[in-house]
Amino acid sequence: MRVARWTRTSKLFTGGSAVVALALACVPLIFDPDVVQKLTNLLILVILATMWNALAGYGGLVSVGQQAFIGIGAYGTVFLAGLGISPYVAMLLAMMLAGALSVPISLFALRLRAAQFAIGMWVIAEVASLLVRLDKNLGAGTGISLIQMNQYDPNYRQAYTFWMALAFAVLFLAALFFLLRSPLGASLQAIRDDEDAARSLGVRVASRKRLLFVLAGFGCGAAGVLVVANTLFIEPGSVFSVQWSAYMIFMVLVGGLGTFEGPILGAILLFGIQTTFTQGGPWYLVGLGATAAVFALVLPRGLWGVIEGRLGLRLMPVGYRVVSSDTKEEVGA
Amino acid sequence: MTLVNAIVQGIFLGAFYAVLACGLSIMFGVMRIINLAHGDIAVFGAYVAFVVVEHTGASAFVAFAVALPLMLVLGYILQITVLERSLKAGVLTPLLATFGLSIVIQNLLLIAFSPDVRSLGPAAGLLTTASWHATSELSFSALGVVVLAVAIVVFGALQLYLSRTRAGWAMRATAEDADAAELVGIDSRSVYARATAIAVAIAALGGLFLAIRSVFDPVSGPTQLIFAFEAVVIGGMGSLWGTLLGGIALGLAQTLGAEIQPQFSVLAGHLLFLAVLIVRFGGARLTLRVAQ
Repeated sequence: MRVARWTRTSKLFTGGSAVVALALACVPLIFDPDVVQKLTNLLILVILATMWNALAGYGGLVSVGQQAFIGIGAYGTVFLAGLGISPYVAMLLAMMLAGALSVPISLFALRLRAAQFAIGMWVIAEVASLLVRLDKNLGAGTGISLIQMNQYDPNYRQAYTFWMALAFAVLFLAALFFLLRSPLGASLQAIRDDEDAARSLGVRVASRKRLLFVLAGFGCGAAGVLVVANTLFIEPGSVFSVQWSAYMIFMVLVGGLGTFEGPILGAILLFGIQTTFTQGGPWYLVGLGATAAVFALVLPRGLWGVIEGRLGLRLMPVGYRVVSSDTKEEVGA
Repeated sequence: MTLVNAIVQGIFLGAFYAVLACGLSIMFGVMRIINLAHGDIAVFGAYVAFVVVEHTGASAFVAFAVALPLMLVLGYILQITVLERSLKAGVLTPLLATFGLSIVIQNLLLIAFSPDVRSLGPAAGLLTTASWHATSELSFSALGVVVLAVAIVVFGALQLYLSRTRAGWAMRATAEDADAAELVGIDSRSVYARATAIAVAIAALGGLFLAIRSVFDPVSGPTQLIFAFEAVVIGGMGSLWGTLLGGIALGLAQTLGAEIQPQFSVLAGHLLFLAVLIVRFGGARLTLRVAQ
């Protein structure tokens, strides 16, 4: 008997994901700006799903207010670009700003539990939205354009934005991957499985949750700066909309709460649905809401949980598994 | 005198929030869950009354009398189909399931009624327009007085129900400890279903007041949920009369905020809510430290 992290599949897949990232990097060289813009949206969804899963799947923190950080990232970019900073540098700084703001917010928000945390975060997002509406320099309620982007040729701009989205997606996925594999990761997965039991074993639950919250602050901030770079126009009504939380919840619940691979699957599914039903419309949202509710009730670990359970498939080695040496049979982790 | 008037209007507004929050408070008190679709259920109740008014030309209150039994039944069904299942699955599942439900209700309402803004003000007759002007700057609207009176009656009736009836005792016992209540023969499933039925019916009453006071549309729900939740938290979670006071505190914050500048109205309410959370949980941590 021995304990293993890697399986052949996971070795292949982890190596394969590096190849996928490299292949994606070539996308702007081959495809139309239109396609590049759509794929940028996919990467934004991947970042959002991964971050929401880090919060809810590993920290047990259901937030309905991560759009606060999306909005701070987006409006931070517009504000900093307005000061004369190059838009792409402004994007980086605005992401840092959203991440930095998550620290003081965490001091307050992490004292709240369950529903209080969920709605407390929502109120924080509403407050941020109301403050933006009060500021005429940020376009108040009517929105504002990132005009500084006009200095770039549209084709190049779309490519730069895509590469930035890819870099952010790789960065945050890698951050969560290495976090989960580090000694900290074992404690995070223990919190996911049973918070009280983890605490009784000496896991410092509060500081682990803070780590996840700040990571999600950076990640959702990154998604926000990408949203404004990709659409070039934002308004408080949409960028601070609770709809973002609905999308995040859908992707994570359907993909697989508390699994590494699930939210990526969920993001690809939502992207597929969004591209198929381009009209959007209420029926599509009825479907999203109902699906999320059904998954929460019936399949709490989502599609990936089913795949993992049935096939023992592990694409990213973030857990451990016991391999019995004589039979070579693998027992799940 | 404008300040006195603002306070009076704040109390009237707060009574409305208290009615809106009452059901949320009951469900939290009995089952320890927050229904994120609460605001949408209130708006749904307003649409039921709206349909009755449109088809029969009845007054808004008659329409509500028709809606009430329907909402009680819907609450019962909501509990046994969705919430009961989610209760068993842990703390986070009810939040996720009701958030999904909230999106479903909003968009079904959009499909059925279009995004148009509606009001039941005209269907409430004299109530919406009548008011008593004590001085040139201090006025008491008939609607405000009625909402305040109804709020007190609703909370008083609940108090009587919980303290004087057998069903109320069963509810309190289940809220205290569902397993122990089961041991003495109380069926917690039916207690929970009754609690949700009452909560949904009172939410619909809140929706009716929303529709008479101002306007509503299919996506009005989330804002109402936030206000209701703020009222529950400001008043102290799990306390029924606290919710009435919390609602009034929220109403006062909003009208006094609007006195400074109209745009500060909602913001002032949010800030009061956040301040209460900081004080309450800051305090809890302090006492823990002393205990160590």
